Amino acid sequence: MSNVLELQGVSSFYGPIQALRDVSIEVPEGEIVTLIGANGAGKSTLMMTIFGMPKAKTGRVLYYGEDITTLPAFQIARKGIAQSPEGRRIFPRMSVEENLLMGAQVIDYEDYDVNLKKMFALFPRLQERFAQRAGTLSGGEQQMLAIARALMSKPKLLLLDEPSLGLAPLVIKQIFGAIRDLNRETGLTVLLVEQNANQALRLAHRAYVLVNGQLTMQGTGAELLAKPEIRAAYLEGSH
Amino acid sequence: MLEDLKDAGLCAFFALLIFAPFLGVHLGDGTSGNLTLGPTPERLALAVAATFIARMAMLAWHRLRSKRTAKPSNGAAAARAAKYIGPVLLAVAIIFPLLPGMPNAYIDLGVLILTYVMLGWGLNIVVGLAGLLDLGYVAFYAVGAYSFALLASNFGLGFWECLPLAGILAAFWGVCLGFPVLRLRGDYLAIVTLAFGEIIRLVITNWVSLTGGPNGLLGMPAPSLFGLKFSMAGGPGTFAGFFGVDPMPWQKTAYLFYVILALALLTNWVTLRLRKQPLGRAWEALREDEIACRSLGINVRNTKLTAFAIGAMFGGFAGCFFAARQSFISPDSFTFIESATVLAIVVLGGAGSQLGVVLAACVMIGIPELLQSLQIYRMLIFGLALVTIMVVRPRGFISIRRPSVSLGKAKMIGAELRAEGKG
Repeated sequence: MSNVLELQGVSSFYGPIQALRDVSIEVPEGEIVTLIGANGAGKSTLMMTIFGMPKAKTGRVLYYGEDITTLPAFQIARKGIAQSPEGRRIFPRMSVEENLLMGAQVIDYEDYDVNLKKMFALFPRLQERFAQRAGTLSGGEQQMLAIARALMSKPKLLLLDEPSLGLAPLVIKQIFGAIRDLNRETGLTVLLVEQNANQALRLAHRAYVLVNGQLTMQGTGAELLAKPEIRAAYLEGSH
Repeated sequence: MLEDLKDAGLCAFFALLIFAPFLGVHLGDGTSGNLTLGPTPERLALAVAATFIARMAMLAWHRLRSKRTAKPSNGAAAARAAKYIGPVLLAVAIIFPLLPGMPNAYIDLGVLILTYVMLGWGLNIVVGLAGLLDLGYVAFYAVGAYSFALLASNFGLGFWECLPLAGILAAFWGVCLGFPVLRLRGDYLAIVTLAFGEIIRLVITNWVSLTGGPNGLLGMPAPSLFGLKFSMAGGPGTFAGFFGVDPMPWQKTAYLFYVILALALLTNWVTLRLRKQPLGRAWEALREDEIACRSLGINVRNTKLTAFAIGAMFGGFAGCFFAARQSFISPDSFTFIESATVLAIVVLGGAGSQLGVVLAACVMIGIPELLQSLQIYRMLIFGLALVTIMVVRPRGFISIRRPSVSLGKAKMIGAELRAEGKG
């Protein structure tokens, strides 16, 4: 099985501060890969580095074997990588429909109607809220919108940055369920960054643990879930 | 009630401090030609009393308003009204110069207001849609005006040949401004654009051999109607001569009115069209969240540059028209206060709203002109009117944003909801 995405020894910096140290990960086609870590471990930096914001200082980012390390962000998006960024970043004053249109802009609205129907099937709430201003949606609905917006570009790889952030457990379940369905039914490759380690590891085929910008552990989701140090560091008190 | 009195008393005290040097003393001519300085307590007392009463009234009004239960959004009603206001205003504008007995000065005021409507619509693309705070918009107005003046005097070109050229040159300078400020946002962007406006003005002022410096340029031709000139002399080749009517000053003014009306409507039409296109939507998305735009594959650089270029182009058109109308331009017409006025029109109208710009331009330009007869009090009334508007409608006249696309029934996005900001 080929790797959709591969990071080879990536380091990146915010000004003088090093946020990632020699990180290497592999995201094989059709898998859900999860990256867990505490606040400030560099999870979001890793996501943004894949998108070239900031660019990796050393190492390479490969997408289907092609070096995309130095490409500008918009060209990376055009290659078929979509992102639901940290904090959702929907366009609050635009309607749900306009948000989804923005997602489809990168592929020139190809199969727009078909994709839209798929999104409505995945997240029926979006259909109810279609004409509404995105800023008036609830947190969960906004997260659904952010994911749907990313999916409107028919990506080969979906990056999800903390989709569970600030959401109620029931909503988290719903969203993670949708991610699992997407992966099972369409074979979509997903790279998921999460603090909610329990849920994320259950979902993942493969997982990495990031501590202070460095990878400390890797394995299948089930393997990591079983490790006592993971349980102690990330799972105590959560459910 | 006691609180209100205290509050109003405090206001009155501040009014006393502020007005004392202005109204408390009067500088007069003495008998032997010397200046005298006499106290005028009655004027000061009047100002302080007025402040006190106004503050009391304002507090009472606020109290009354908060007592009423919050009304459900009247956004839908306003939007329905807006549907008709546009065409009605347009119809009024079209027949306005032709009304019998319409004084020439009023048509001229209409031309002035429409020039600012056009500038407001042009700046609205940059500020209202793309969310790039531009304090140097007057630079493009100046580029347009000087392009026309120089092309006309050096190459003998007419208004209609110069109009597109002025637009292109202004758009070029828009891109020139856009490049260095691509990474800037908000207040930093505002400072650089402000500086850009001043640079253009200073270059014009000091490049005497080309622009005539502070003396300005003179003698640009007025727009012609398919080659027919407007001249008080009449005769063949003029409008009056061709149609066999007596030459009157209002004919030229009315023609100018229609030219600027058409140019303004062009600006409006292009903006409305673009809002429904991917480019316009990308502008709005950029205003909302730049990082999200990048990760959605939007080329942020090109999107920003087109916003600057298209906004600048309309500024250039307006400048070209301004030069043709005045047939005299000097750097004095392109000071920072012009940028500020146009920005105020956009903000007062409710950033992003086309109709709001029209209303705001009428208020901002119309009121000071119509109040000329009140002389020294006119700026006072004007200032009062602006403060009142911003108190009553803090988000501008028209603060509903209509989605550019909608399936079925369009739902309005009320101003009340805008307040909550990003989700």
